[in-house]
Amino acid sequence: MNANQLSRRQFLKSSTLAGGALVIGFHLPLSRRRAQAIAASDTAINAWLKIHADNTVTVLVGSSEMGQGVFTSIPMLLAEELEIDWSDVRAEMAPVAPAYTNLIFNMQATGGSTTIRSFYEALRQVGANTRELLVAAAAQDMGVYAGECVVAKGIVTHTASGEARKYAEVASIAAQLTPPENTALKPASDWKILGTPAQRLDVPAKVDGSAGFGVDVQIDGMLVATVRDCPVFGGKLKSVDDKPALAVAGVKAVIPLETAFIVVADGYWPAKKGADRLQPEWDFGQNADNSSEKISTLLASGLEQAGNNAHTVGDAKVALQAAAKTIEAIYESPILAHSTMEPMNATASVTADGVEVWAPTQGQGIVPQVVNGVLGTPVEKVQVHTTFLGGGFGRRFEMDFVVYALLASKVVGAPVKVMWSREEDTQHDFYRPPSLAKVQGGLTEDNKLVVMQAHIVSPSIMSRVFPDWVQNGIDSSSVEGIADSPYSIPNMSVDYVMQEVGVPVGFWRSVGNSQNGFVMESFMDELADAGGIDPVELRRQLLHDKPDQLAVLNKLAEVSNWGNPGEGRHQGVAIVESFGSIVGEVAEVSVDNDELTLHKVTCVVDCGTIINPDTVEAQMQSSIIYGLTAALYGEITIDQGRVQQSNFHDYQMVRFAQTPEIDVHLAPSGRELGGIGEPALPPLAPAVANAIFSATGKRARKLPLTKDIQLTV
Amino acid sequence: MNFDLKVNGESHSVDVDPDTPLLWVLRDNLELTGTKFGCGIAQCGACTVHLDGKAQRACVLPVQAVGDQAITTIEGISTDRGHPVQQAWIDEQVPQCGYCQSGMIMAVTSLLAENTQPTDDDIDGAITNICRCGTYNRIRKAIHRAASA
Repeated sequence: MNANQLSRRQFLKSSTLAGGALVIGFHLPLSRRRAQAIAASDTAINAWLKIHADNTVTVLVGSSEMGQGVFTSIPMLLAEELEIDWSDVRAEMAPVAPAYTNLIFNMQATGGSTTIRSFYEALRQVGANTRELLVAAAAQDMGVYAGECVVAKGIVTHTASGEARKYAEVASIAAQLTPPENTALKPASDWKILGTPAQRLDVPAKVDGSAGFGVDVQIDGMLVATVRDCPVFGGKLKSVDDKPALAVAGVKAVIPLETAFIVVADGYWPAKKGADRLQPEWDFGQNADNSSEKISTLLASGLEQAGNNAHTVGDAKVALQAAAKTIEAIYESPILAHSTMEPMNATASVTADGVEVWAPTQGQGIVPQVVNGVLGTPVEKVQVHTTFLGGGFGRRFEMDFVVYALLASKVVGAPVKVMWSREEDTQHDFYRPPSLAKVQGGLTEDNKLVVMQAHIVSPSIMSRVFPDWVQNGIDSSSVEGIADSPYSIPNMSVDYVMQEVGVPVGFWRSVGNSQNGFVMESFMDELADAGGIDPVELRRQLLHDKPDQLAVLNKLAEVSNWGNPGEGRHQGVAIVESFGSIVGEVAEVSVDNDELTLHKVTCVVDCGTIINPDTVEAQMQSSIIYGLTAALYGEITIDQGRVQQSNFHDYQMVRFAQTPEIDVHLAPSGRELGGIGEPALPPLAPAVANAIFSATGKRARKLPLTKDIQLTV
Repeated sequence: MNFDLKVNGESHSVDVDPDTPLLWVLRDNLELTGTKFGCGIAQCGACTVHLDGKAQRACVLPVQAVGDQAITTIEGISTDRGHPVQQAWIDEQVPQCGYCQSGMIMAVTSLLAENTQPTDDDIDGAITNICRCGTYNRIRKAIHRAASA
């Protein structure tokens, strides 16, 4: 994933702009014309921060804020080295520019819990270089040596004389100086902002209704539209009589597309009313007879096929034959929708001069190429505005919702906001792939785990999204969570069969770890049971040479009071490392007359280094609830080629009444920085399944957990 | 058809079809976009507003049913985020993506007007709004904080 990284030098070279604010940022090779356009503007393009006359600083955030907190944590990185008070920091969304390229993806995009990992070094370096630049400017202005000055809270003070300059006072001088490049960074022990809970910069706007999401975009002359895609995946629109829709007051146009139609109106309600009245003729195509049964059959057939080998240690085949005790199990994970609170939407204004897009997107850096591909507009004539995202979870990495807005605006010749209904959002997702995994394990006479073999069957996300990342028939995202397990198992083999199922699949929070974490950690529990070993003890044995993982496990056992649940309660444990972070969880349940209650989840996380502790805690809580909805309820089913679920009445979400107590413990080891947006999700389902087993002796091998064991929630 | 609405203390006249849900009148006609669209079937609560102080789901409420009831939206509960519930939300750092929070805050202010000291069970029963970021536990703490403010 680190291919084609920008060089450090490219990344850090600073440039300054006119316009009252000192703008420090990246300077990548630009055309002369573009460079002039920037210099003539006071807008911060291709830059990270602006220093204002009141000595406050605005940080431009080029990563998408979808709840995970980067609108705050990115500015924290800069502010720490810049030596400014957190109360003087503001943030705004950045445009699309090379400056904001996520160095792990090599594109301006947000996902994979990578944002802080991408920018952690580089933005502290930008902050430090800018600080030294401002110190030099202040020293020059005071006629003293920079080395005789100290800096704090945005003020440079000459120690001997007490004379001082605010950053704002010397910003214009700084703009004339050459910035240093490799200023030494502070040791973590000197941090004032990083590692300390910071108030989120987006919270004020999110308690008074002023935060601008995609659906809130209002442009002069804008129309509002809604889209209806063919109910069967891959089907096409044959024809649609637009008259019934045009008869609705406010409806302006019906736009037939290859696979869908869009109804454009002067508001969402007439657009929806118009769309409801249409009776399109569809060519349902080859998926017209697809069904959940067919998908299950397809996946099951993959269990009989030889897979491509994704991971091998020792000789699993021989070891299984030699094992004193072997067990085998098949685990099944369903298709899942993302169900972001904000349904898919985007706004576009297509004119002869260029294209402007406003979108709640995780992939703003891709938008110019998409516009180019759809409309032929040169990428430099595309302007992208990233709004706040009402949830992302991987869904907003896709571009389908952007394309509809482009096409609608192009046809009607006005800015158009295309808003999806919840039904459309639920039935036209890029879903979490379904997965079937057959696992076998073997224990020695003294109950040591010596072998594990996994055979995973699922459709591939990467073969559509990043085909180059599929190698030797292996989509690494389909086997992650098992093939990269930190457990020391002397003989291990992981095979993968890529089996498409006629349903579009995409990134869903924690991706393959979400299914495979369930498989791995449930099976560990089965092995512990088969060997008569305590589940935590089995994991301790498997992690004996992994001190960081072992530390999380031991801390978890301690803080969850492992082995001593409350009266009538039962515990289950799971620990999964994903996105560079280790998360262990203990679920505490009771089952009374087949009624499941999840009382508490104890969570221990080692994400290496903590930026905003409050956000780490929030993301653990968030992934646990998101994972719980999937574990308890999540299942998209297919009949006659279409998704049967449509809205929150038949696609249930966890609400207050099902929310357990969540006790989060941060245990940063100082290991390499890890992500936090996703890694608390994979352990949740197996921890709950293992607790249910402890309570009932029943093993849930299918998700949702209530699918094949008698339980109500 | 013309409807006269009292929204956040101000009078507005709108010309819309009588079946238009109040949500869309607020968002598309009055440009009060703090009230959100989540499901359109009164399941998620993102569209919660007050009618005469009581929480209502605006996505299924036809504008013709509003009559002369006073409408309050998230934009109307304070001018400076000074409402105790907003303050509690800030103190507990509740929002993540934030999309559901307008509706949550409106549901909670309505609950607290009727029940000044709700128990956890009261909250479970009364607040059925959905949050996909899973901020429920922080909301619960914020409700108790606001109740004791």
